[in-house]
Amino acid sequence: MIHTKRLATPYIVWMVLFTVVPLGIVFYYAFTDSITGQFTLENIVRIQSYMPIFIKSIWLALISTLVCLIIGYPVAYYIAQCPPSRQRLLYLLVMLPMCISFLLRTMAWVSLLDDTGIINRFIQAMGMKPLPLIRNNGAVVLGMVYNYLPYMILPLYSVILKIDSRLIEAAQDLGCNSPQVFTKVIFPLSMPGVISGFTMVFVPAVSTFYISQKLGSSGTTLIGDVIESQFKAAYNPNLGAALSLILMVLVFICIGITRRVSGTEEVAMP
Amino acid sequence: MKRLCALLLCSVLLISSIPVSASAAGGSINVYNWGQYISDGSDGYIDVNKAFTEKTGIQVNYMTFDSNESMYTKLKTGGSTYDVIIPSDYMIAKLISEGMLEKLDYSNIPNYRYIDKAYRDQAYDPKNEYSVPYTWGTVGVIYNSKYVDEEDVGSWDLLWNPKYSGKILMFDNPRDAFAIGELKLGYSLNTEDKDDLRNASYELIQQKPLVQAYVMDQIFDKMEREEAWIAPYYAGDYLLMAEENPDLKFFFPEEGFNLFIDACCIPKGCQNKEGAEAYINFLCSPEISGENLDYLGYSTPISKAKDFMDPDISASDIAYPTEETLANGQSFLNLSVEANHEMDALWLQVKTQGGVDSYAVWSMIALVVLLIAYLIFRQIRRKRRIAARCARWKTDSRD
Amino acid sequence: MKTFQRSFTYLVLLFLYIPMLVLAVASFNAGTDPAVWKGFTLHNYSELFADGVLLPMLLNSVIIAVLSSLIATVLGTMACLGMHDMKPRLRNMYMTVTNIPMTNPDIVTGVSLALLFAFAGTLLKMKSVLGFTTLLIAHVTFSLPYIIMSVLPKLSQMDPDLQEAAMDLGCTPRQAFFKVVLHEIMPGVISGALMAFTMSLDDFVISYFVYGPKFVTLPVEIYNYTKKPLQPKIYALFTLLFMVILLVMIIMTVLEAKDEKQQSQRRIAFRGRRKRKEVEG
Repeated sequence: MIHTKRLATPYIVWMVLFTVVPLGIVFYYAFTDSITGQFTLENIVRIQSYMPIFIKSIWLALISTLVCLIIGYPVAYYIAQCPPSRQRLLYLLVMLPMCISFLLRTMAWVSLLDDTGIINRFIQAMGMKPLPLIRNNGAVVLGMVYNYLPYMILPLYSVILKIDSRLIEAAQDLGCNSPQVFTKVIFPLSMPGVISGFTMVFVPAVSTFYISQKLGSSGTTLIGDVIESQFKAAYNPNLGAALSLILMVLVFICIGITRRVSGTEEVAMP
Repeated sequence: MKRLCALLLCSVLLISSIPVSASAAGGSINVYNWGQYISDGSDGYIDVNKAFTEKTGIQVNYMTFDSNESMYTKLKTGGSTYDVIIPSDYMIAKLISEGMLEKLDYSNIPNYRYIDKAYRDQAYDPKNEYSVPYTWGTVGVIYNSKYVDEEDVGSWDLLWNPKYSGKILMFDNPRDAFAIGELKLGYSLNTEDKDDLRNASYELIQQKPLVQAYVMDQIFDKMEREEAWIAPYYAGDYLLMAEENPDLKFFFPEEGFNLFIDACCIPKGCQNKEGAEAYINFLCSPEISGENLDYLGYSTPISKAKDFMDPDISASDIAYPTEETLANGQSFLNLSVEANHEMDALWLQVKTQGGVDSYAVWSMIALVVLLIAYLIFRQIRRKRRIAARCARWKTDSRD
Repeated sequence: MKTFQRSFTYLVLLFLYIPMLVLAVASFNAGTDPAVWKGFTLHNYSELFADGVLLPMLLNSVIIAVLSSLIATVLGTMACLGMHDMKPRLRNMYMTVTNIPMTNPDIVTGVSLALLFAFAGTLLKMKSVLGFTTLLIAHVTFSLPYIIMSVLPKLSQMDPDLQEAAMDLGCTPRQAFFKVVLHEIMPGVISGALMAFTMSLDDFVISYFVYGPKFVTLPVEIYNYTKKPLQPKIYALFTLLFMVILLVMIIMTVLEAKDEKQQSQRRIAFRGRRKRKEVEG
């Protein structure tokens, strides 16, 4: 294979131009003033007032990711144990929602959860008072879990599939009962999938802006909302860039921590 | 199988090579207007854009924005290939001061003569060098008479009434929202005083827990469906909503309200200035203005257009309030750069208010502490295990 | 335990599909509110096809998805072939760059690209930068890591001697590449390309920051629609898309199953032939 190394050059040029350079520009905008264009730390200082929003975003994203993990793990495990034809069908069914407009699916939840929505109309028809199902943190978590559950199930499934069943048998032969088999054999072996799933859910969840806009109250503003409004409603790209920078650093730290805790560097692809 | 894939690929590529935007013989214009702000043929009313294309052969690419500020941002961040934009009075003043508008060539807009003198030469564009009025209107409060008691209506205070908590909507743009706060406190709509602005923002922050959502055009669905019961909005849109839900009523608050004019302009960098001027001219013809605004419910600046309107509308005192009512209305002026900045910053504060529940903060801290403890614990355990293994190896090798 | 897992899985699947059911039912609703059933009608579908705006947007989305996934597949496969041969240190550097768009939140990627284009606009003194090209560039950029993640494992799983074996049997290096290497990594290339296509078709966040007024994709247009009073023809569009994608996926799965069956039968036949030769010979 002569000259194959050079094949990768156009790719690296593209990536540097459209991934590394933009990040540099974000850096530049974050540290400049919006009117005069001079170097300033003012944007970074203003971020202090958004700390509650950062914390809220991380908090909600963490809860959503945990819920996704708790719900997604049994599903992934079950699918991995099915016969291959059923596996394929279930895999398809799980992946299908991912391919179709998540905006409209979120709007469907609005119709379901609204005070005058489907669920509440049903409840009222039965004679009970309507429940406040929407415009609170719970609805936002529901929206996040709903949208990102497939991203948790698929990597878990592909990793659990590869676990050698003989290891499980060996553990059982050596006297482990079911919970022990799970905690000592299956779960540790599926760690790469857990990490991958965690990353693929947490990162979008912490930076979403659409779900909180539609399902949250006027008080659930998340960091994604603030960034979006800086670029679309008010025109302050410098503040938006500063917020994006902090968000990026945050995500980086969180991923680093999860890798440390799990003790593995591998990442599984769904 | 391979050949099938290749065939599929080729056909897709072929289809995708067909140009997407069909350029008509007469060219095209990009129009950027408020949402729900032109008669589009629904309910049997006129389709203005289609009528224009039929008359002139020019294709209309129609796009909408939901607030002056987001339109301004769109213009600023490039993609300014719009030929006609229809912002509000104060925004036009801002665009003129920043040199973002083209001067109009009135030889292409003869229908300008139909615009009433009362709406010409306004403060935002004296001599109308850059804009031609499209509609004028007022802001008031829409409420659902089924759920709101009549004794609570009459003042802006209704929007702060805790009895209707969670059923109140609010404007999602700074000027309109601050205007309500300022009017409630008795200030002018155009105050630039920092303390005034701050006090208005405090009012808005106090209102926030009662607000269901900050909306613009989503208001139609919410009020018609009775998801919300009270909302400040434009009089013309009230008339549209009342057709869907007859329980909805409207009032002008006693403290005053905003009176606005929306006008057509041509931004710098447009591609088809002549087509744009033809469009503006078309909108000014009395027949079109009448039929268009008959549907919209907003008020026409062309008296002759009333001949083409449903007499119910032209007689409505909501669409065309009396002189006495109008005296209570104030128009927006463009604020100075510093005042705009201050208002934007305060508005962001209002929108992002809503602190974190303290338990969230404490559980986060607890989580972090637990994490660090766990990592340290693991580190210690690993060291002990290695030490034990080393000791065992030493004793083994001695045997 | 097994039954609990099974019922739990089906419950979760139901949870995933309820909103889609709501939208599908709403597409046949005569009223605009999905919560209030006003009678069965096909009016929304006829409005969808009469509307001259939504379907061209869908075409736009498909065009961008096809073009961007093609470009990304070519670039990405070339990159994988190059990376495969590299020393670990250089390869790690490439992998770090690859990981950046994947671990970055969508909004940061969108914002950074928007700023890049704005910067380029001021540099080139162009007022209107955002448009088809910027959208295409953005889509290719976020698709590339997925291609690489799909193809690279296949390349490392491939037996390195296969190519030499092919050349020993008389192939030119070029033939060896196309007939052997490409064939081996083809499953990875295809799955990567499909993944890129799907992500591009449904991408909203990144497109929202880099699109121009003349070329709008479907998800962005849907977002603009949700800011206005809802029109039921959107639900009709959704239901149609859902049916089409479901159909395509079912066909693909059936084809894949057939392919696998064929391959396993071929393997059995081959082994049978070899056994016979052993016995005879």
